[in-house]
Amino acid sequence: MNGFKDAGHLFRFAGLFVVAFLVFWVVRGFVVPKTFGQYGHYRAAAIAEYAARPVKFAGHQACEACHTDIASTKAGGPHARVNCEACHGALAKHAEDPTSLTPAKPDTAVLCARCHTASAAKPKNFPQVDPAEHSGGAPCQTCHNPHSPVIGATLAAKGGAQ
Amino acid sequence: MSGYMYPNEITLYWSVLIVLYPYITGLVAGAFILASLERVFRVEAVKPTYRLALLTAMSFLLVAPLPLLFHLGQPLRCWEMYFTPHSTSAMAMFGYVYLWYLMAVLSFEIWLDYRREIVLRSQSSKGLLRLVYTIMSLGSSNVSERSLRIDDRVGWIVTLVGIPSAFLLHGYVGFIFGSLKANPWWSSPLTPVVFIFSAMVSGIAAVTLIYMAVTRLRREPIDMRCVDTVAMYLFYIFIIDFSLEMLDLVHRIYEADESFRSLDFLVHTRLFFSQIVLQILLGTLAPLILLFLTQIVKLPEIARKRIYVFSGCMILIGVFAMRWNVVIGGQLFSKSFLGYTTYKVGLVTHEGLLVAVGLSLLPLFFLWVLLMLLPPWSEAGDRQSAAAD
Repeated sequence: MNGFKDAGHLFRFAGLFVVAFLVFWVVRGFVVPKTFGQYGHYRAAAIAEYAARPVKFAGHQACEACHTDIASTKAGGPHARVNCEACHGALAKHAEDPTSLTPAKPDTAVLCARCHTASAAKPKNFPQVDPAEHSGGAPCQTCHNPHSPVIGATLAAKGGAQ
Repeated sequence: MSGYMYPNEITLYWSVLIVLYPYITGLVAGAFILASLERVFRVEAVKPTYRLALLTAMSFLLVAPLPLLFHLGQPLRCWEMYFTPHSTSAMAMFGYVYLWYLMAVLSFEIWLDYRREIVLRSQSSKGLLRLVYTIMSLGSSNVSERSLRIDDRVGWIVTLVGIPSAFLLHGYVGFIFGSLKANPWWSSPLTPVVFIFSAMVSGIAAVTLIYMAVTRLRREPIDMRCVDTVAMYLFYIFIIDFSLEMLDLVHRIYEADESFRSLDFLVHTRLFFSQIVLQILLGTLAPLILLFLTQIVKLPEIARKRIYVFSGCMILIGVFAMRWNVVIGGQLFSKSFLGYTTYKVGLVTHEGLLVAVGLSLLPLFFLWVLLMLLPPWSEAGDRQSAAAD
C-alpha cells in the first residue's frame, strides 16, 4: 500500500496521458467529417458537393455554334484541338446569355508565352521561343493570328496571298 | 538548368527547411543517446552532460517539426495527419513516432529526473514561478526516499525504451528518404542506418560544444574527464558512421547502376563543394584525424579543448552538409539522368535563409529557458556535496 502511495505521482503522469487521449478523441469526433471513410480515405460527402457545383464551362461546341468564322479559322491550324475556353476562360454564362457577360480579350503577350516559352522539357517539334528575344514583349497577335498562328496560313485559308 | 529535365523536376520542392528537419531531428537523437550512456550504460564520467543532453534533446525536439510546418502551404492541416492518418503514409506514422518520443520518452524522463527539484522549487519559489513549478509537479509533493528510488528505476526503464525510440525517431527520417525507390540518390536500405549514426555524431558534438560553452559562461572549470570520455565515444561512433558512409559509397560505385554516371557527374560538379570539401574533407576527415590524435597522443588540456571545439564545429557543419547533399542533391538531377537543375536559397522568403537561421537559433533560446527553469548543474552539485557528506 505504501509502495502504491510512493508511486502516486506516476499515476498522475499517466492520468495526463489518459486526459490527453480523451481530449484528442473528443476533438477528433468533432473535427473529422461524419462521412469520412465511408468509401475510402476521404470525405464521401465531397462527391455530392462537387456534383452540385454549377457548371462553369460551356464546351467548344457551344462556342462554335455562334462563332462559326473563328471555328473555321481554327479548324485548319495547329490550334484546332485547343479548346476555346482554355484561352478565354470558363464562359458558360456567356453561352447561356451572350449579353450578360462579354469576355475580356486575353493579353497574347502573356497568354501565348504560357505554352510557347522555350524549355528543354518540351518536345523538339513543339513551337517554342524566348519571348523577350522573339518579340521584345510585343503582343503575339501583332504578327500571328492566335486562332491559326502559322503566319500566312490565315490568309491562305481565306484565299488571300500565299 | 542544363540538359534534359522533366517539367516537374526543374523547380526544387524540398528547400533548405527540409534540410534543417533531419538535421535538427538528428541532434535530438544524438543528444539522447549521449544521455543514455550515463543512465543505462553507467558511464559515470559523462554524468555532467547527462541532464544537459536531455534538455538539449528537448529544445531541439520542440523545434523539429517547425521547418516542416513553414514548408507547408497550409500548415494548419498538419492536424489532419493525427486525426485521419493514412496507414500507407510514412510521414503520418512519423507524427505518432514524434509524439511518442516527445511525451512518453523525453518529457517523462526529464520529469522523473527533475521531480525532486521541481517539488522543492515549488515550495521555495514565489509568484508565477511557484505556479509553474506546482503545475510541473502535477500537485504531488512526495519526494520520499522510496518515491525517488521508484523514479530512478522507472527513469532507467524509460531510457532503455528511449534508446530504440531515438533510433526509431531518426531512423524513420532516414527511412522517409531511403524508401523512395524512384530516387536512386536516396533509395538505399543503408540510408536510415547512416542517418542514425551521423545523428549520434552530430548530437554528441552539439552537447559537447554546449556543455563547454555553458560551463565557460558560468565561469566554472570544464570537467576534462567528462569531455575526454565524450570525445572518445564520439570518435568511436564517428568511425562507425564514416565506415557506413564509405560502405554506401563503395556499394554504389561497385554496383554502378544506370544512375551512377549521372550521380557521379553531380558529385564532381554541383555538389563538389558541399560533398567533397565540406562533408568529407572538412566535416569528416579533419575532425576524425584530430580526434584520433587526442586518443593516441597525450596532449595538454588547452590543446584538447581547442581540438574538441574545432572538431565539434566541423562535425556540425559536416553533418549539415550531409543532410544538404541528401535533400538538395537528390533533387538536382533528372530521372532521365540527362539533365541537372540548380537550387538558389531565397533570403527573405517563407522558406528562405532567414527563416532557416531563425529556426536554427530557436532551439538555443528554448534551451536557455529550460536551463533557467531546470538548471542541470544544481543536482550535480547536490550529489557531489552529498557524496562528500
